[in-house]
Amino acid sequence: MSDIAISVKSLSKQYHISGKQEAYRTLRDTLANAIVSPLRRIRRLLRGQATGAAKLDETFWALHDVSFEIKRGEVVGIIGRNGAGKSTLLKILSRITEPTQGYADIYGRVGSLLEVGTGFHLELTGRENIYLNGSILGMRKGEITRKFDEIVAFAEVERFIDTPVKHYSSGMYLRLAFAVAAYLEPEILLVDEVLAVGDANFQKKCLNKMQDVGQHGRTVLFVSHNMPAITRLCERVILLDEGRVLHDGPSYQVIRTYLNSGLGTSAAREWSDPTKAPGNDVVRLRAVRVRTEDGVITEAIDIRRPFGIDIEYQVLTSGYVLVPSCRFFNEEGIHLFTTLDSDPAWRLRPRPEGHYVSTAWIPGNLLAEGTLFVGALVNTFNPPIVHVHEPEAVAFQVVDSLEGDAARGDYAGQMRGVMRPLLQWSTQ
Amino acid sequence: MAVNMKQQPAAAVSVPMQADAVPVLRIEPSTGWVSLKLHELWEYRELLYFLIWRDVKVRYKQTFLGAAWAIIQPFCTMVVFSLFFGRLANIPSDGIPYPVFSYAALIPWTFFANGLSKASNSLVHSANLIKKVYFPRLAVPIASVLGCIVDLFISFTLLVGMLLYYGIVPTVQVLWLPLFLLLALVTCLGVALWLSALHVQFHDVQYVVPFLTQLWLFLTPIAYPSSLLSEPWRTLYGINPMVGVVEGFRWALLGTDTAPGPIITVSALVALVLLVSGGLYFRRMERTFADVV
Repeated sequence: MSDIAISVKSLSKQYHISGKQEAYRTLRDTLANAIVSPLRRIRRLLRGQATGAAKLDETFWALHDVSFEIKRGEVVGIIGRNGAGKSTLLKILSRITEPTQGYADIYGRVGSLLEVGTGFHLELTGRENIYLNGSILGMRKGEITRKFDEIVAFAEVERFIDTPVKHYSSGMYLRLAFAVAAYLEPEILLVDEVLAVGDANFQKKCLNKMQDVGQHGRTVLFVSHNMPAITRLCERVILLDEGRVLHDGPSYQVIRTYLNSGLGTSAAREWSDPTKAPGNDVVRLRAVRVRTEDGVITEAIDIRRPFGIDIEYQVLTSGYVLVPSCRFFNEEGIHLFTTLDSDPAWRLRPRPEGHYVSTAWIPGNLLAEGTLFVGALVNTFNPPIVHVHEPEAVAFQVVDSLEGDAARGDYAGQMRGVMRPLLQWSTQ
Repeated sequence: MAVNMKQQPAAAVSVPMQADAVPVLRIEPSTGWVSLKLHELWEYRELLYFLIWRDVKVRYKQTFLGAAWAIIQPFCTMVVFSLFFGRLANIPSDGIPYPVFSYAALIPWTFFANGLSKASNSLVHSANLIKKVYFPRLAVPIASVLGCIVDLFISFTLLVGMLLYYGIVPTVQVLWLPLFLLLALVTCLGVALWLSALHVQFHDVQYVVPFLTQLWLFLTPIAYPSSLLSEPWRTLYGINPMVGVVEGFRWALLGTDTAPGPIITVSALVALVLLVSGGLYFRRMERTFADVV
């Protein structure tokens, strides 16, 4: 029996994007075109080409000559920037869209999870939606009935199972949606970024469930931006960029390459081209950096020392009161805290155009060891406008060198908790 | 080549078969006309069932009158037709009381019109599903059309009452009714497949459908009998497959002179052509649905 689960050969996908409208010169041209183009369109239509009401002339390759093999039981992560082709790859492998060239061979039953709660209907009850969603995901009715109680328990919605889901809180809705998907038992599972839902506890539960799936010898292909989750779940990672495979190898190697290449998150990010930088006509982000008190940009922060997050931005339109802020997430995606610029000099004072660097100072002996991701924002609160939101702008590690003067003292074992303040103790 | 194949020992042939014990699926670009893959649709019959169930359930969940709507619609049309065409215009009704005459035709017609309007929008309404999950896309319009059959059965209850009131007793001919129902289904599905696939590309379809059904209503002998036409025109009239359906319903239920014959044969042929061509066109366009919808 062959041990290959997925074999992809020179897979390519071309998309048509709407081109520019042709400039009509004369009325005669316009009329002639009005008569000729429907005929041309009908001809193309009968040939089965995508035309649509819009003109679809320009093309681009969302995937270009992608080849790889995945063995049975392997858990493989797919990473890359937005638009690198990750989702297109999963869509082709789940047969939602066809490739333009190349082929993929799939050995086994495929279950794909490109979104949780696909097909959920707000008017239907939780119970009804479990059956509907389960069958949409490819489960048999008997299978759903058998797993029904487990699904409900996993989602923690027992009391509301006969309530229409439109009355659910968003958390309950997502939990139920994920729970159905979690009990899908295909031989090959394709997952797209579904862990970015729900509260921290539930995310952890989902990660554990995913880990279970991997350990049961199932093949998993997992697209995510959540590097810690990828490291935890996958032994192998494929890095895609502009539709091509850039790297394919052991997770830690590929993720390191990714983080250092400027493709992913690292301690410093700069946007050299202002037109492509996150932001709008009011503010554009220029750079985000993690640095020590001495101004050294570093990915490793000493747990005892304070450090700063620089947010560098350009104000293009004056007259807005701007509040830069940072959100801190740990590797499980738990939102630790948010900090807003509290500088009294700029409180309620509209900023003139110009170039600014705002720095948030985080005290030493506050965060626990581990990888932290920082999201950078620039907001106006009245009226509420989010000018800039870069979710994973930078990342860094908090490191304890075990010299005994940090919060862990002389204890060298595993220490739980997301914060690690150094507190005063007294004994009487 | 064929000779070589024969000379190979049987064991050599079965070895690769064993190595591929796991089902292998090759995903590659499809070209030209593709098969309807009806076996796959059969594998997904439970999904089809749940889609129908969802449509029916949701349709009446937040309505005050609920399933009564299935009767109200053809009933009101029947009243209007009886007043204007039956009373004022004195349109002949093949010797049958005009209300029953028109209502027996309105039952399949209402099914056809509702099925068509629901199914032609179905793919666009299920865009989210189509972009996120694989399943035979044919299931979407088929579920919409089949969901309307429930309404058709409900509207039958009123007909039973009317037959009792007018003292009309259907003969054994009524056993043919399922066949005419099938013809209505095939017609509706055939047109719906064309329109739903076109709708993905051209949103113009949503404006065409109400207009089309309105025209089609008057092109079908609902308010009048097809006996107004002389042969060979009456047989040719069967090119509109709904003519066969409506006249078939009347014959089976009310015993009009439209026994299965040339009209119904023509209608059945046209309906089949519509269904097969619609199915093939749908499957051909299907590959771009997720990208365009």
